[in-house]
Amino acid sequence: MIRTTRVLAGALLTGLALLTGAGAAVADDPSPSPSASGDGSGPTEAGTAFRTATAIQQNQTATAGGSTGDYLYWVFPADAGQRATVKAKVTLPEAATRHGVSTWQVDVYDGLRRRQACMYGKQTGKAAADATTVELTCVLRTVRAWSEPWANDPLPGSYYVRLTVVDLPSADLGLPVRTEVEVTSAGKGGAGDVDGTLSEPLVPGVSTADRASTDGASAAPVPLAGEPEDGWASGWWTDRWLWTVGGGVLGAFAAVFGYSLTRGSGRPSRVPPGM
Amino acid sequence: MGILLATLTAGLGSALPAAADETPTKASPKVELVLDVSGSMRTCDIDGQSRMTAAKQAFNEVLDAVPEQVQLGIRTLGADYPGDDRKVGCKDTKQLYPVGPLDRTEAKTAVATLAPTGWTPIGPALLGAADDLEGGDSTRRIVLISDGEDTCGPLDPCEVARDIAARGIHLVIDTLGLVPNEKIRKQLTCIAEATGGTYTAVQHTDELSGRVTQLVDRAAEPVVTPVATEGTDSCTDAPKLKSGLYTDREKIGEHRWYRVEVLPGQELRASASVFADRAVNNDYGTLLRAVTVHGREIVRGSESGTGRTDAISSGLRYPRPEQDDDDEEPVPETVCLQVSNSFSAPASVKTSPGMPVELTVDVVDGPDNAADVAAFGLGRGWWLLGVLVLTGLVAGLLTGWISRWRIAVWRTNR
Repeated sequence: MIRTTRVLAGALLTGLALLTGAGAAVADDPSPSPSASGDGSGPTEAGTAFRTATAIQQNQTATAGGSTGDYLYWVFPADAGQRATVKAKVTLPEAATRHGVSTWQVDVYDGLRRRQACMYGKQTGKAAADATTVELTCVLRTVRAWSEPWANDPLPGSYYVRLTVVDLPSADLGLPVRTEVEVTSAGKGGAGDVDGTLSEPLVPGVSTADRASTDGASAAPVPLAGEPEDGWASGWWTDRWLWTVGGGVLGAFAAVFGYSLTRGSGRPSRVPPGM
Repeated sequence: MGILLATLTAGLGSALPAAADETPTKASPKVELVLDVSGSMRTCDIDGQSRMTAAKQAFNEVLDAVPEQVQLGIRTLGADYPGDDRKVGCKDTKQLYPVGPLDRTEAKTAVATLAPTGWTPIGPALLGAADDLEGGDSTRRIVLISDGEDTCGPLDPCEVARDIAARGIHLVIDTLGLVPNEKIRKQLTCIAEATGGTYTAVQHTDELSGRVTQLVDRAAEPVVTPVATEGTDSCTDAPKLKSGLYTDREKIGEHRWYRVEVLPGQELRASASVFADRAVNNDYGTLLRAVTVHGREIVRGSESGTGRTDAISSGLRYPRPEQDDDDEEPVPETVCLQVSNSFSAPASVKTSPGMPVELTVDVVDGPDNAADVAAFGLGRGWWLLGVLVLTGLVAGLLTGWISRWRIAVWRTNR
């Protein structure tokens, strides 16, 4: 009996060691990076529409030549937990041939052709008449694994990059230009799962209501929509507390059970005291 | 050994179907180069030589670099009639080399015989080129090289370009201008934008040959060809679409409806792009709605923009829940898709033919139920419980063993 429990316990322990070893290895690498091509040169042509967009991988520098006024499209894959940064560099035509300021813009669309917001970065860049290059950046939101159909959240899949000029003197249309695009990404992991609180509920006029009440002398009553019966939730209670506490209690019981397995069956009754 | 062989064949077998993801167009792409041979090509302002010489030089380089699978043709305009009769001059366009598999020597000889002659009938030349490219299912490109504006009004070459693109023959016209002149640039840009092509301002011979080679290579790229469809103005008689890429035309202020069938447990994904192929006002938008047959809106995707653009696009996804009763036959739900746009254009801009619309429809397996996003860093779910239980068990085992070892040590040392 003792022998079988020992063997069982030993097997369980080795199994767990293997699991946690593998788990630790996975935890070190939060972002599933594309394995195929690392740094290096990418395609040398770009597409001109969504359906002809040139496929690129992350960490690849793609170049393309074109005329000022072309719409250049590339497409890259992004997976859950990645926060992609799109960098585009435009080498402008010779300054002598240009007549004024041109404005260049990089846009990113997701796999459903919906425009994605750039959190940071210079998405639109103005180039003076004598500038030689203009650099644009777009940092996208962290790709999440799931989202409601009514939300615009970035989901794993293809992302299209469009680079074009949005404003320029008409005499500069058609001049030759060289472009370079590179996409890199940082793995955000669990930290990217959103958890924030709003300091004030989304009620129009909530800021003026506070001010009016503190001033004391308010002109007209500010029409606020009113609060729910119990006031706005402070947001700290969720049923996850019950889950976690319950899990801890069960864990403790399992610990005690595990301890009792190895504790042995106690002093045999046949053995006289003192031995 | 047998197992090794079996796993090898299994691996090979799974690798084979991966190749056929999409079906690029099978027919060979057709390109027609339309060259302006009007009298103004005599002017010597490109790299110190005449425009005609520069064009001939560039053509030689292009003809050397044409990929094997491209069927190339050459058409000229203004090459024959040097006289003053406008009516005759404006019909002066002829095919120099027929569209077909390219014989480079023959084509080069034909180009070498050209001499700058007459008028600039761009509109009739484009119509002729469209007829040359008629037939078959492949991608078509016209590359127009011109140094002057069309001299054969009132037929506006921009309208001609838009009309032939709307004929549904997947035609793109790229233009190259040899002269930095405002009127020429406006006209050539208009022609290019009306068909989804590009405009290039050429100043040097090597630019000309490089750019034309690039455009011919673009035509040779294998790409998915959209299927033409025609949406209706109400859902009841709308065309039923399956997964794929579709193209249609929609006028400003028009709604187009389509239908897609979705089984329980499937997800419908649709995206629509409306292309601004004419001069439109600065602000525009598009709205794509998925609506049930009874008119209830399921989900919508809308986007608006401002400024210079080639298209405005949006998309939506609709995951249909699994059927509760597994025994019943899965009932397909008909989802109506409505594409509308909010473009506006000055009164001088023609509204017909409509603006090109590209619609992608995908019906895939729906997602499983999603877990909640983390709150307070707290987890939830059976996995968390399992991990906690296992950890507790291991802790207990370890504590037990350590305590037994300590007791044993205590016993021996007692």
